[in-house]
Amino acid sequence: MARTTKIKARSKGGATEILVLVSHPMETGQRVDKKTKKKVPAHFIQKMTFKLNGKEFADANLGPAVSKNPVVGVRVSNAKKGDKVSVRWSDNMGESGDATTTV
Amino acid sequence: MNNMKRRTFLKGTLAGSVLAVAAGSGLLRPTEVLAAEWPKGGFEAKSMDDALNALFGSSTTADNGAIEIKAPNQAENGAVVPIAVDASKISGVEGVAILVEKNPSPLAASVMTPGAAGFLSVRVKMGKTSPVVAVVKAGGKLHSAKKTVKVTVGGCGG
Repeated sequence: MARTTKIKARSKGGATEILVLVSHPMETGQRVDKKTKKKVPAHFIQKMTFKLNGKEFADANLGPAVSKNPVVGVRVSNAKKGDKVSVRWSDNMGESGDATTTV
Repeated sequence: MNNMKRRTFLKGTLAGSVLAVAAGSGLLRPTEVLAAEWPKGGFEAKSMDDALNALFGSSTTADNGAIEIKAPNQAENGAVVPIAVDASKISGVEGVAILVEKNPSPLAASVMTPGAAGFLSVRVKMGKTSPVVAVVKAGGKLHSAKKTVKVTVGGCGG
């Protein structure tokens, strides 16, 4: 299933904040479907890697406790205007996505 | 004379190879961290200590006032609680983790930052009113800060 990944970079007090939004259900595996009375299988993003000009600078691990349609923010101090920032995520069911933006 | 030169040459290569090994292991460490698998044990851990042990290899933390947690005092909807941890006042931050103490699995999210500032923001689910703990690894030590968030409607289960 196609999921949209959005990435936004904005400078904030000397550092650059990278915000990533992924439309993703983030199922914990604890929730029970009201109709079928069965547990909804866990389905959540596990890894998010952030790159600045192709070089990895942050490696985030997410757990099922992160809200659905997660917005994850990290900051990088040495980004300049025009630098390329990209993110790649993958979840526990093998889905993945990526997005790129410029500072 | 020729023999002497060979000696120095041999010594030189020996020292060189030792250096190369040291540099190799030093260089390897960050890549190992980067290539690290998703820390399953940390996220499945049922207690704070277990989660920290699995993630950082230690559960001893020291309170540090320089860590700033931005979280609401009261969250009406436990399914979406915005939390931001700012540890930019600490130098040499290697990793940041956000834990919700009273969730079934406390570890919510973590980030390893080889080249980034010590900052992480996520929206997390909270089952009930609980302290939110930010743990920052810097200089081989763990620093922590805590803030209690009141939850009116739980966000786990449905």
